[in-house]
Amino acid sequence: MSTMKDGRRRSPLAMITMPVMVILWTIPTLGLLVTSFRTREAAASSGWWASLLDGAFTLDNYRELFETTSMGSSLLNSVVVAVPATVLPIMFAAFAAYAFTFMNFPGKDLLFILIVALMVVPIQVAFQPMLNLLGPNGLGINGEFVAVWLMHTAFGMPLAVYTLRNYMATLPGSVVESAKIDGASHFQTFWTLVAPMSSPAIAAFATLQFLWVWNDLLIAKLFLGGGANKTIIVDLQQMIGTQGQGEELLTAGAFISMVVPMIVFFSLQRFLVRGMTSGSVKG
Amino acid sequence: MAGVSAATDTETSQPPGAESEERDRSGSPARPLRLAIGAVGVVVTVYLACNIFLAFAYYPQWFLGSKLLIGALGLIVGIGGSVLFFWFLNLCIEGLPSRMSEGVIPYAFLLPGFSLIALLLLYPTAQTIIYSFANNDSTDWVGLANYQAIFSDPAFWSTLFNNLLWILIVPILTVAFGLTVAVLADKLSGTGEKVAKSFIFLPMSISFVGAATIWGLVYAYEDAGSSQTGLLNAIVVSLGGEPQSWYQIDTLRLNSLLLMVILIWLQTGFAMVLLSSAIKGVPEDTVEAGRMDGASETRIFWQIVFPQVRPTMLAVFITVLILVLKVFDIIYVTTNGRYNTNVIANLFFNELFVSRQAGQAAAVVVVLLILVIPVLIYQVHSFRQQEANR
Repeated sequence: MSTMKDGRRRSPLAMITMPVMVILWTIPTLGLLVTSFRTREAAASSGWWASLLDGAFTLDNYRELFETTSMGSSLLNSVVVAVPATVLPIMFAAFAAYAFTFMNFPGKDLLFILIVALMVVPIQVAFQPMLNLLGPNGLGINGEFVAVWLMHTAFGMPLAVYTLRNYMATLPGSVVESAKIDGASHFQTFWTLVAPMSSPAIAAFATLQFLWVWNDLLIAKLFLGGGANKTIIVDLQQMIGTQGQGEELLTAGAFISMVVPMIVFFSLQRFLVRGMTSGSVKG
Repeated sequence: MAGVSAATDTETSQPPGAESEERDRSGSPARPLRLAIGAVGVVVTVYLACNIFLAFAYYPQWFLGSKLLIGALGLIVGIGGSVLFFWFLNLCIEGLPSRMSEGVIPYAFLLPGFSLIALLLLYPTAQTIIYSFANNDSTDWVGLANYQAIFSDPAFWSTLFNNLLWILIVPILTVAFGLTVAVLADKLSGTGEKVAKSFIFLPMSISFVGAATIWGLVYAYEDAGSSQTGLLNAIVVSLGGEPQSWYQIDTLRLNSLLLMVILIWLQTGFAMVLLSSAIKGVPEDTVEAGRMDGASETRIFWQIVFPQVRPTMLAVFITVLILVLKVFDIIYVTTNGRYNTNVIANLFFNELFVSRQAGQAAAVVVVLLILVIPVLIYQVHSFRQQEANR
């Protein structure tokens, strides 16, 4: 049997099965991409694979999407929602994680177990009271970006505290101790030592949170609504119901909604993997 | 028992170096100026930050109506505000006599994060439970009427049955596919492994709504006789079968199974990544020892590798299970629960926003919360075990 460069034996089973899996996993997305470049007539009369042979592609769907629908502005809205909602939980969570890792205090275990438990609680439990609290009879900020920033910041908090604390627990405690002996305040120790050393975990959480916020439908739909501030995912969900005129724009819209998270995904994959393996889920 | 002993440990043990610190700082008295500046700084920062954030909502015209400007300012005020807040807070507490300050500062650092959690997670959860015993505008108690209403509706039990199917099928299959891919990818060349894993991991970045759109093209249905645009029906027809309207077939809950495929497709990459790193973490000498004994590769996998990755499999299983319990988007945008495909989260959404039955919607959420409790207890338990072994 032949061997690879690194001396391991080649596995025929893996060499046959893996390409099949990759094709199976890729074909659905490929179908969407191809369809988004087809005219409405073509898409209605034959499957997308037919066009791979005749090669009749057009950019009209994308042009029309940005000219006649709200997709362009929804794309911008999604950026305005996702970037602050990713960054805002980090500072609060990092200070909490610092306290959980480097300080001893009564109630510490109980409070951290609350964090672990809250990661499991479905966010639906919060919707009715929060709609009342943020709605016209409460603060009156429902439908504005501030409302979704607030929701995502709070809902991301348990995961952020958990991930950062698990990472900080692997840092050498002696570093913090010696800073203390040198007379540094906790703020200084956090700011100059612990926060920079935790940057891989911060990047990992930020990647997960960005994908989650960008791809979220429920919170965006309920707390930002389907009006001028709607995110691209809510816009796409509204398009799915479209029949007839404009139907051909759906696939182009879906693809546009995936471009940003895919870029984030590919450029930060390293952090994403590290975040998933080292903190947020652990055996 | 491990958890109990861990708890007492934390309360009694002192971090190394704590004694010398006691000596250094025990003499430091209260510093009223720091205390005052810090306290005023905290109040002013919070007041200003809250008002600026409210201004984004109330007076967008102040910001030229520009979303980008609001987003950028939100970022700056959010980061700057929280740094200033913690700086003043630290200053204020350092102004206390040192003994007191060491006791107070952990709680001060937890305060902002936990305030948000209390306001947006704990309070609403309690409130929702209360709503579930009240009428639709929460003006009067109705006792158990909401629960009686949902439990006496056969549609609710059908929905619960679907959730049960999702719970039984999706996490297991996701872990199985993830493990298969992880094991096989590990046997490819370095480049081959990287490329293959990237493609299978990619759906992880796709939204549920996007995924439903993608799979809509797979499950699309045209009348028999006309050209099929859906991949699945095209295959069925080319094999001589009749095209099917897949989402409408509830025999053996086939439509629910087809919707589950979407979630499995999305999550397999996640399972693969975690399991792959677990497999690579298996010590080489344990595998080598098996080879020396002449064990086959299959035997080595089941007897040496598999037991060592089992904890990770369990963690992935639980994570997917939590996701499945809350599954909503996929059903909402494809069938919206018709044709016997409903799930609890979608039932809640429709009770609340379509039927306008706020009381019953709250009761549905409470049922969901109760379903989650065993998982929650398991998670807390395994966390305690993990800490005891740390």
